[in-house]
Amino acid sequence: MHQLWLIPIFPLVGFAINGLFGRRSKALVNAAAIGTVALSFLWVLKTLAALGMFGGSMPEEQYVERYYTWMASGNFNVGFDFAVDHLSAIMLLVVTGVGLLIHIYAAGYMAHESGYYRFFAYLNLFMFFMLVLVLGANYLVLFVGWEGVGLCSYLLVGFYNLEKFATDAGKKAFIVNRIGDFGYSLGMFLIAVNFSSLDFGKVFESAKNMPVDTGAGLFTGICLLLFVGATGKSAQIPLYVWLPDAMAGPTPVSALIHAATMVTAGVYMVSRSAPLFIHSPIAMNVVAIIGLATAVMAATIGLVQNDIKKVFAYSTVSQLGYMFLGLGSGAFAAGMFHVVTHAFFKALLFLGAGSVIHAVGGEQDLRKMGGLRSKTPITFITLLCASIAISGVPPFSGFFSKDAILAAAYQHAPWMYWVGVVTAGMTAFYVFRAFFMCFFGTYRGDAHPHESPLVMTGPLMILAALSVGGGFLPIPHFLEGMFPKVEEPANEMLVYISVAAGLIGIAIAYVMYVLKPGMADGVAKAFRGPYELLYNKYFVDEAYDATVVEPILQGSRTVLWRGIDVGVIDGVVNGIGARSRNIGGILRRAQSGNIRNYAAWVVLGSVIVILSMSLAGGLR
Amino acid sequence: MPPLPESVPLSWYLLLSAVLFALGVAGFLFRKNIITVFMSIELMLNAVNLTFVAFSYKFAAVDGQIFSFFVMVVAAAEAAVGLGIILTVYKNKSTLQIDEINSMKN
Repeated sequence: MHQLWLIPIFPLVGFAINGLFGRRSKALVNAAAIGTVALSFLWVLKTLAALGMFGGSMPEEQYVERYYTWMASGNFNVGFDFAVDHLSAIMLLVVTGVGLLIHIYAAGYMAHESGYYRFFAYLNLFMFFMLVLVLGANYLVLFVGWEGVGLCSYLLVGFYNLEKFATDAGKKAFIVNRIGDFGYSLGMFLIAVNFSSLDFGKVFESAKNMPVDTGAGLFTGICLLLFVGATGKSAQIPLYVWLPDAMAGPTPVSALIHAATMVTAGVYMVSRSAPLFIHSPIAMNVVAIIGLATAVMAATIGLVQNDIKKVFAYSTVSQLGYMFLGLGSGAFAAGMFHVVTHAFFKALLFLGAGSVIHAVGGEQDLRKMGGLRSKTPITFITLLCASIAISGVPPFSGFFSKDAILAAAYQHAPWMYWVGVVTAGMTAFYVFRAFFMCFFGTYRGDAHPHESPLVMTGPLMILAALSVGGGFLPIPHFLEGMFPKVEEPANEMLVYISVAAGLIGIAIAYVMYVLKPGMADGVAKAFRGPYELLYNKYFVDEAYDATVVEPILQGSRTVLWRGIDVGVIDGVVNGIGARSRNIGGILRRAQSGNIRNYAAWVVLGSVIVILSMSLAGGLR
Repeated sequence: MPPLPESVPLSWYLLLSAVLFALGVAGFLFRKNIITVFMSIELMLNAVNLTFVAFSYKFAAVDGQIFSFFVMVVAAAEAAVGLGIILTVYKNKSTLQIDEINSMKN
């Protein structure tokens, strides 16, 4: 036994301490929040070392710990089980490692906020649920974590609970996720019915011997439903709309939950279900196409956003689309590799953005930044690393994972590769656009920019090192045994083209925002229509409002509330009350309080009983 | 058990008991003095006792007689408590007219 349960329990303890006693002292909150996550990280390291991960001798099969039977119904059993294999080992390291860095950073970033203890209590609770999600050995335990992180996301997006936009964004995140969860639940039911188990091991074992769906069969149904869940959690078309709004939360939350860990849960879940997905070419194709479409769409929106966090939010949506493109193309290992590198550089981008926002006194508008290069040198350097990494320039980490995905996409369908390359170019452009607007030119705001304290820049530097060198981690090799082999064509041309696309994107951004600063506005004016369309995010929110939100709201108001609730339900309840009072009003007259009156009733009653008995022949 | 004397048939006992019971009911309903009402109740109880004993004799079963003993015990207890209540009522209200003792009403 390696006591896997300790991994999530540490943050849960931290949650309890912060939630119950955190109001008393900030030092206690710091110790409990960061200490428990650090313990959890260390326990992950110890467990994985014991399993032989670092010596290269980790067994291919799952290591499972069974704690107790959660539910048993006939021959259908669900246990509360945790498991570790190569896939979850990677996720464990990312979640606890990046999570630890972000916790440390947050101690500095949130230092002046009220509700400090509340923030860290939620953050610890999130870590607990995320680790349950990763460790779960069956679909139901995974779902517990899945729902839990959704809850924490809601709590943290709406952390500034006095601001209406923040609470609205929290609700939006929660409700949109609920739609995805509905799909996931249905997929889970379908698995339970057809495999009479939810255990990953058992389900995949029996799936192995079943034929591949040629048309739309059982596997296609299951996989598409699971993928609906993934589109909610991992912000893909059509359910991506919550993620950009979720930036209303504090920046460390955006980094931890909405960039590095929670939103990759969908990617993790689909990778986990790879043995099912490879049985359904249709589902794989859907995953690839949705991923690609999301990547393109979010990247185009990201081109014109002015809020630094919004730019990175759309970038996250776009990069998640890349991951799904990889998964759908059959390159599960490449997709997971991108999860890891993305966790490094996107967490860094967000934390860097947080550091910039901190420096300029809470301003998030790129148009009011500029020239911060000399004032915040560490943030500048680290953000530069992250920006190059996401642009896919070798030898930075993003290059390796993105290149693996694009190669797989080319194998799957060449047109997907070309669309992916264009998206890569746009990605490089908008990230560097934000970067240049932030650090170059002259300062356009009215605060006094200053570098952040070491507690914030320290994690930035570590993440920068990981963003630079993360591509050399042998993750694809480590995951080889988990997934079916994909043959990789040694087509160097493809690599050159995708790198060139990234460099061209950077170059255009440099020309437009550093060399000729007025040029961007000119371009925007020249392409008024497309610019407006992108600036307003394709009017998707408005379209959803008109087609889904408003009808539901109006229907609830008129039919469900005024019609059914007030009319039928209240009517019945009030009616019963009123009738009782009417009947009571008549009957109360019999209760005169006069004892002889009662006696007379008794006599009358007995006479009637005796008479009726004699009439019925009861008396002889 | 000795046989029932043939001279008096069962129906006579029952008739007498019914008449006594009816008198008790009438007294309970129509008299205004509490003591009289109280005596009417005793009358009803004893009318029932008479029925019990008569049937017990007729069917040569001892149950009815035991039952009448129980009724007598209850009646004695009731008399003790009831008379106590009546005395207290009289002390407080200086009247025994049943219509005037209605402080629980409303």
